[in-house]
Amino acid sequence: MAKYLMLKHYRGAPASVNDVPMDQWKPEEVTAHIQYMNDFAARLRESGEYVDSQALAFDGMWVQFGGEGRPPVTDGPFAETKDLIAGWMLIDVDSQERAIELAGELSAAPGAGGDPLHEWLEVRPLLSGAPNGE
Amino acid sequence: MDQDELRALVPRVIAILCRRGADFAAAEDAVQEALLEAVRTWTSQEPEDRKGWLITVAWRKFLDAARSDAARHRREEQVDTDHQVDAEAPVVPDVDDTLHLYFLCAHPRLSAASAAALTLRAVGGLTTRQIAEAYLVPESTMAQRITRAKRTIADVRLDAPGDVATALRVLYLVFNAGYSGEVDLATEAIRLTRQLYVAIDHPEVAGLLALMLLHEARRSTRFRSDGSLVLLADQDRSRWDTALITEGIDKLQRALARDELGEFQTQAAIAALHADARRVEETDWVQIREWYDELIALTDSPVARLNRVVATAEADGGHVALAELANLEPTLPRYKAVSAYLQEKVGDLETAAALYADAARDATSTAERDQLVIRAAALRHPH
Repeated sequence: MAKYLMLKHYRGAPASVNDVPMDQWKPEEVTAHIQYMNDFAARLRESGEYVDSQALAFDGMWVQFGGEGRPPVTDGPFAETKDLIAGWMLIDVDSQERAIELAGELSAAPGAGGDPLHEWLEVRPLLSGAPNGE
Repeated sequence: MDQDELRALVPRVIAILCRRGADFAAAEDAVQEALLEAVRTWTSQEPEDRKGWLITVAWRKFLDAARSDAARHRREEQVDTDHQVDAEAPVVPDVDDTLHLYFLCAHPRLSAASAAALTLRAVGGLTTRQIAEAYLVPESTMAQRITRAKRTIADVRLDAPGDVATALRVLYLVFNAGYSGEVDLATEAIRLTRQLYVAIDHPEVAGLLALMLLHEARRSTRFRSDGSLVLLADQDRSRWDTALITEGIDKLQRALARDELGEFQTQAAIAALHADARRVEETDWVQIREWYDELIALTDSPVARLNRVVATAEADGGHVALAELANLEPTLPRYKAVSAYLQEKVGDLETAAALYADAARDATSTAERDQLVIRAAALRHPH
């Protein structure tokens, strides 16, 4: 088994096919989208591939060491050009093919007009703690 | 109470419940519950006949579960009646049943990960929580995996002939899984392989056990206290566990004498040659390469071909090895790392540094990545 992180972006990913901002969807379209996401997580729990998932708040800030004896430097909320992660799901699957298959399903979540979003998800394998063998 | 001793009873108790008429999944659940009760109660009062206690409590748990399931009521009554007869009968030797349990839990129908989890629970007696911790997943996820695994093999009879090779692959997978949480999977895999070694006379079981013991003997020298990797050549050989090495080599030699060579015996032979060298310079690379040839003949494994190149580098030098490497597929895992090592060996440090840095980007573990980055840095900033 190997763990993969599926990252969903507010910004920073290539535009989805069905690219309508969520705040312009009809309420039932939003509900359908949330339901799809919940059902997806439930299926992964059932299949024994679910590890964790979290949604992230839209507002965030960049923080940097400010120098010895000085407070950290902050920059935020994010300037419009910066990458923004909406949330993530961690899965533990048998193969990379399976990780890609699941990301494909997640990307099919319905958006405006009830059509699939076709959004781009970033899929990153986790490094394991220890190498195998010699 | 000795946890290992308690856990060693688990497969036998499952087998006895199955023989009394419980299906595998229900028997396994019942034994798990009995095990938890043992952990709870034995600290204050440990029974004299531990196996008898486990059988009695597990059987009671099974009957409780069966009775509470109204839909299955009639069938359970039948089982209960059967049990009245069986319970009186003397307990026959059950070592064969344990063996079947190994095969069942490693059934080819299961994915490798499911087989590993089921083996750890039903043969190893670990709790779902312990297995989940070891694999860094939530307990509910591991519980689902085990439940699904049991469902997948629900129609397989416990007395069906098993596949030794599959069981061995699963045990080796567990051995290599690394460790976190309270359970050390390598130790657990060795314990289970030892049990299997007692239960079955098979040269590859001995080969796998030897391989595990030889790796285990060197384990404490493979990582520094901060978790970073120590290469074989740099390991402190005085800290290798000589008792484990002696036992591993002894088991290997007996297996080899049977003249039924297999993959695990071959890998163990290579590990034995490494373990045998008191200084890295004394390593018999020519013989190691011959064993890699055997391994390639047996498995046609690309990884073995890559390892053969490393042996060639030590036996015949970097240039010969580079020529050999050119025949292999560059997409192989660790190809870049081997390539970097060979370039360093022939003295092209700039190319080596670039290849190490490149290899680090492909690494699948943090320890390996860090080690490769440090090699690149060391070549770029010589003291």
